[in-house]
Amino acid sequence: MIVGGPQVRPIGEGRPWTFYALGGLFGAYLLFLYGPMAVIYVLSFQGENGGVTFPMVGVSTVWFQDIVKPGQMANIPVSFGRSIGLAALVACITVVFAVAAGLGFRRRFPGSGVVFYMAVASLVMPGLLVGFGIGLGFQFLGLQTSLFTSALGAQLTWTLPFGLFAMFAVVNRFNRAWEEAATDLGASAWQRLRFVTLPILLPGILGVGMGALTLSYDEYARTTLTIGPLNTLPLEIYALISSATSPTLFAIGTLTTGVSFAILATTLVLVFRMQRRRSLALPEMS
Amino acid sequence: MSGQHSLHAPFLGFSRWPRLAFPNIRLTPAMVSWLQVGPLALVLIALVALPAFLFLAVSFFDYDRTGIYPAFMLDNYADLLTTPATLRVYVSSLKLAGIVWAITLFLGFNIAWFLVFHVRNGMVRTVFFLACAIPFWTSGIIRTIAWIPFLGRNGAFNQALMSLGLTSQPLEFLLFSDFAVIITYVHLFTLLMVGPIANSMAKIDPALIEAAIDAGASRFKVMTNVVIPLSKTGIALGSILVFTQVMGDYFVVRQMSGGQSASIVSMLSTEIQAMQYPPASANAMVLVVFVAVMVGCMMRIVDIRKELVK
Repeated sequence: MIVGGPQVRPIGEGRPWTFYALGGLFGAYLLFLYGPMAVIYVLSFQGENGGVTFPMVGVSTVWFQDIVKPGQMANIPVSFGRSIGLAALVACITVVFAVAAGLGFRRRFPGSGVVFYMAVASLVMPGLLVGFGIGLGFQFLGLQTSLFTSALGAQLTWTLPFGLFAMFAVVNRFNRAWEEAATDLGASAWQRLRFVTLPILLPGILGVGMGALTLSYDEYARTTLTIGPLNTLPLEIYALISSATSPTLFAIGTLTTGVSFAILATTLVLVFRMQRRRSLALPEMS
Repeated sequence: MSGQHSLHAPFLGFSRWPRLAFPNIRLTPAMVSWLQVGPLALVLIALVALPAFLFLAVSFFDYDRTGIYPAFMLDNYADLLTTPATLRVYVSSLKLAGIVWAITLFLGFNIAWFLVFHVRNGMVRTVFFLACAIPFWTSGIIRTIAWIPFLGRNGAFNQALMSLGLTSQPLEFLLFSDFAVIITYVHLFTLLMVGPIANSMAKIDPALIEAAIDAGASRFKVMTNVVIPLSKTGIALGSILVFTQVMGDYFVVRQMSGGQSASIVSMLSTEIQAMQYPPASANAMVLVVFVAVMVGCMMRIVDIRKELVK
């Protein structure tokens, strides 16, 4: 995220014309970004007799009730539980591995280039192919693909490089003087990590965790060939798209967006609170 | 390496090397780094590198309707590279990727410029940036199907156009066409451009821009001679992300083109569903090499590693 930036000194009194042009472009972009999504949020409250497009035929929550009704083609509540469980585990592993690796990358070490380019490769490789490779591997080893083995691994190939690159940004802003001061005052390596480095990096680390949580929760390309018999939520939605066209799909969209928002809002509140408490305690600390 | 460390050792905190439970085991800085990076490296080796070697091997295998058989034959590659469909899909995917890249670069650069250079209040900038980022937290599947009721024949966009009197009958080309595919890609991936470019621009020392203005540079000159060279890391990173996302997609193409177009990966997933693993592997190898070469070229222009890992 951007923290502060250079400012072009205003020329003359008013804003230059480019300000209005780019401001207009930005406004149009936001409309473009939110317009279609607003349409599905509204349509998810479609009346009982309404269809998948406008006009609205009354307002109801019948499509939301439809999601939890038993005997549906797709079992949304159960797959939602699986997705959240998997996402929580992926987030925990990503935080531990990516934070450790981010700290390790602060100095050049033999082989660091290989690990870096492997992370880049993992990030740019088409997701379905990653899943295909892992699925083949499991088949050759005679293992059954499943949620907490192959699917977990496939999602880690996505969240770990993401977490590593996010950690680069976090670590770049970290002032090493804090660690030096801790060492000068006689802290051991462990104390320095536990009481200085990790607490200062905590907002960034939290961001990595929440990012991994939502990336995992929404993932489908890597997961589809590694999931085994029991689907996660995105795969269940994927299956629904080809079979059903009813506003239920939009209701699911509205709900899952709500979950993502809740995760995002929790992170933001936690981070802001942390930063405020810090700025109150230590006014000179950035 | 060692000379550099001895010079800076006290300041890097290595004057006292970290000790494990056994007090007589001392770790060198490189060993500490490897311990820290190790778990991540192991996961990537086991789940990215090894599977890649596996489908390299399988791409040479023989197969029939009942199974696959170890062999070393080039038929899978020969079949793939001589089918006109392959070239057609690569060309159409590259065309899509090129158009989407150009649009997202234009949008991303200008939005990043607006956020970094024009928005003066830090709080407003954070809010604007979040406004761009929040939709990214919604599933790609949902964001894709969100366009269907919007662009459809009776969709919101057509109804708005007709009620404004701009068209007398609904536009047919909006949904299930390349147009719909491109719109969806731009919607999904523009943030991947905005983020890295804005990050690069925010690091530019304002004094450089002031100096350029004082030296008589026009606004355009400031852009071409100062800002673009200094934000090329962000531009390259964003380009790599957008390009690889488009090349790796199979869902948007299938959903939004109404089955009219295919992408490389959607072709591949058809083969996987038919259990034709050897040709699918050959196809995958060609795609991976192709993407790797493209990304390699972009990374030659800009040393991303040097910029990211200080």
